[in-house]
Amino acid sequence: MMSNPTPESLHPGLNLGEEHGEDHLEAETSVFGFWVFVMSDLVTFGMFFAIFAASSAPMWMAGGPGPKDFVDIGSIAWQTGFLLASSLTSGMAVLSLKERHAGEGASRGRLIFWLLLTAVLGFGFLYREIADFVSMAQMGAGPTRSGYLTAFWSLVGLHGAHVTAGLLWCLTIVVGVLVRGVDKRWKLALLRWAVFWHFLDVIWIGLFTFVFLGGLI
Amino acid sequence: MLASLFGRLNWDSIILVKEFEDPDLQLLITSGAAAAIPLGGIFLVLLLWYLKWWKPLLGWLTSVDHKKIGVMYIIFSVVMLFRGVVEAVLMRTNQAVALNGGFLSSDHFNQLFTTHGTNMIFFVAMPFLIGLINVAVPLQIGARDVAFPKLNSISLGLTGAGGFLITISLLIGQFSTGGWTNYPSYTGKLVNPGPGVDYWITAIGLSGIGSTLTGVNFAVTIYKMRTKGMKFMRMPLFTWTALATSILLIFAMPPLTAACVMLGLDRYLDFHFFTNDQGGNLMNFINLFWMFGHPEVYILILPAFGVMSELSSTFAAKRLYGYTSIVAATMCIAVLAFFVWLHHFFTMGQSTTVNAAFGIATLLISIPTGVKIFDWLATLWGGRIRLNTTPVIYLCGFLVLFVLGGFSGIILANPTLDYQVHNSLFLVAHFHNVIIPGTLFGILAGIHYWFPKMFGFRLMESYGKVTAWLWSIGFVITFMPLYPLGLMGMTRRTVDYTDPAYVPLMLVSGAGSLLLGLAFLFLIITFWRSIVNRKQLVTPIGDPWDGRTLEWWTPCPVPEYNFAVLPEVDSRDAFHTAKERGDAYAPIEKYEDIKIPSNTYFGLIIGILGCGLGFGLVWYMWWMAAGSFLAALATIIVYAFLPEREQVIPAEEVRRVDENWRREARETYGVTRDDEITEANKGLARPDVVPG
Repeated sequence: MMSNPTPESLHPGLNLGEEHGEDHLEAETSVFGFWVFVMSDLVTFGMFFAIFAASSAPMWMAGGPGPKDFVDIGSIAWQTGFLLASSLTSGMAVLSLKERHAGEGASRGRLIFWLLLTAVLGFGFLYREIADFVSMAQMGAGPTRSGYLTAFWSLVGLHGAHVTAGLLWCLTIVVGVLVRGVDKRWKLALLRWAVFWHFLDVIWIGLFTFVFLGGLI
Repeated sequence: MLASLFGRLNWDSIILVKEFEDPDLQLLITSGAAAAIPLGGIFLVLLLWYLKWWKPLLGWLTSVDHKKIGVMYIIFSVVMLFRGVVEAVLMRTNQAVALNGGFLSSDHFNQLFTTHGTNMIFFVAMPFLIGLINVAVPLQIGARDVAFPKLNSISLGLTGAGGFLITISLLIGQFSTGGWTNYPSYTGKLVNPGPGVDYWITAIGLSGIGSTLTGVNFAVTIYKMRTKGMKFMRMPLFTWTALATSILLIFAMPPLTAACVMLGLDRYLDFHFFTNDQGGNLMNFINLFWMFGHPEVYILILPAFGVMSELSSTFAAKRLYGYTSIVAATMCIAVLAFFVWLHHFFTMGQSTTVNAAFGIATLLISIPTGVKIFDWLATLWGGRIRLNTTPVIYLCGFLVLFVLGGFSGIILANPTLDYQVHNSLFLVAHFHNVIIPGTLFGILAGIHYWFPKMFGFRLMESYGKVTAWLWSIGFVITFMPLYPLGLMGMTRRTVDYTDPAYVPLMLVSGAGSLLLGLAFLFLIITFWRSIVNRKQLVTPIGDPWDGRTLEWWTPCPVPEYNFAVLPEVDSRDAFHTAKERGDAYAPIEKYEDIKIPSNTYFGLIIGILGCGLGFGLVWYMWWMAAGSFLAALATIIVYAFLPEREQVIPAEEVRRVDENWRREARETYGVTRDDEITEANKGLARPDVVPG
């Protein structure tokens, strides 16, 4: 359902076909719409960040453990590495659309390779994060211990839930591309997913800086 | 076994069963209302069966046509409005006789004001406005549909799920008792472990997600789907306010969703966001809630301002005065909306400096609002105002009464004065004074105005005008006494009182609420009589009010594809210009095939699973909650694989319909404004000569 396309309403991103054709027109609405949604999601994260910031003083720790007691900066470094690397590989996945014959065997293979690599890195991130959560719970730093820990678990957990959703989405795209080929619909899904995945990276930078490093300082 | 199947739901949770086993007056009132749900349901099923409407109903529920979705939003709101009005009348009647104790118990009264507020804000005002936006905006910008039609249907499904949960709480269990704001001091697990609060959380959470998605959808629609030549500064004012509202929805709904999730985590998993002990902080909830709550006020009022702008120019037959200033004022209000949330709790312990800053920010909002009022008055000035039409009655009521509500808002914006009257009936009077003459009048006038676009016939002006007067007079009699009562010290949300000085004004207010009940009845009668007499009221040519904007450039009812050929726009009131030029209905040479998306079950399925998720969570039926959630996830994935189905309407069919319409328009004589409320009005306007 397109209204009259004008040159200004064209999608500024990658060529999605041989030239700026019909695929492109739909991309503009679809990807722009997803950006708008991401803005809204950013506000949700902002609220959880705000609550975390408001709960960081010792008063809200209610005598329970603070960040110095449970943040394993080595594990956080691994998680950061996994996630940042997965952002790079997701970018490579999108770039493989640029190939001249995206629909055909060779570069479809390339697309799937990068997507699967991204998924592996994403799972690596999730594995380390869950392991950290488990060890926190074992040492008595579960979310029900204090207001501070509630805010910590919810904020980090919200990001983790987003990563999980992103992984599910990534694998869906892999299956979709395998079943139906690199058609317009999956190209658009890939573009939106890429926005989402990079967005989660940006959020992680915030978490890394304010929650983990900030907590340790 | 049963416990894992039904969670904490048992036989006694059903209000009717409880009344049967242990009758008393409170329960009798509740169960009377509760009985309405199964009885209403059975009646509806029988009616549908008798009229053989199952198939058309399914066609509507699975539709992705923005006009049908809009109409469904509006019908949903009318049903919910019924409950809201009944509750209001019940509360006012109780307070009228509540010296030393009325007939309602405090728990019952608490539920009444909580459901009344929640219901009216989230399930009446918002879906009403979203319904009008759905119907009008794509037509006003010359688009065939919204940017994401399927998403639109999902939004409707989620809103419906929220409405289902708040409604079913009447029959099974109870609703929250914490007021529409649901502060954790009343709704924490410790003080309120029952299912009521969980109903609030799930209903608001689900419909909140739906509203966020609606915001995204309409922002993108307005940014990207405008027809050729429809520059921003040529958009009709209602579209501008819809854009402002969409932006507010995008940014203001997440805090509410976050607050719902956090309160839920506190209650379900023993987290400590808002608890009194273990480092929780209640003020965090209050801040989050009002970061949503204040922009929400403008979500409710801006589209109503948009309707009023359309009405003042159409029904005065003049160009809108100060278009640019109204646009600027609208966007100013949308931005300022995010900087005033703290004025909802001036008395909760901030420093005077903080209070002063938010007080000043609040007062600033009166400037753009004032600009608008003057612009509307200037538009009406010297125009040919048709006082015999219903929308104009609402417009006049709005201009007089809304301004009064604004003035009491200025009083409340001053922290020192707010300290005197906060939490009193003065506040109740204030916000009803802006929401009823503002939002509700805007909605009802909008329904009158666009009714022909939705259904192809006008509403009867005779009943419409009586309804409009009843709402206005009923409002004045009900809520004006609450100002002095507040100043006398009567607090809000009181089930009874001991000061006899309150009695006379309370009686007046109670009597007024009966008029409001009557007004609702007349609204229904207006619909009913108009449906019965629809043959005399048809306006097939589609322009019954001498409209100025694009939506009137289509036949009534509007075809699925809206415009046979998308119009090109070269001025602000493009249709008016075309009519002046005399070529509005000139024949068109070339028609093309039109592709429109086919119906889909997506939204309906998500809506039903949303009901399951919410109900499962409320009653601790974990299998139902988890099952619904996973099924929803699976649905989304499956739909990603199903082929997009489109329907093609061949050019020949489009040509046939469109040429007939244009020929009829050219051959019909049309009516002047003197006769527009008579049978002669077939939807073709003959312009009057207007000075200025």
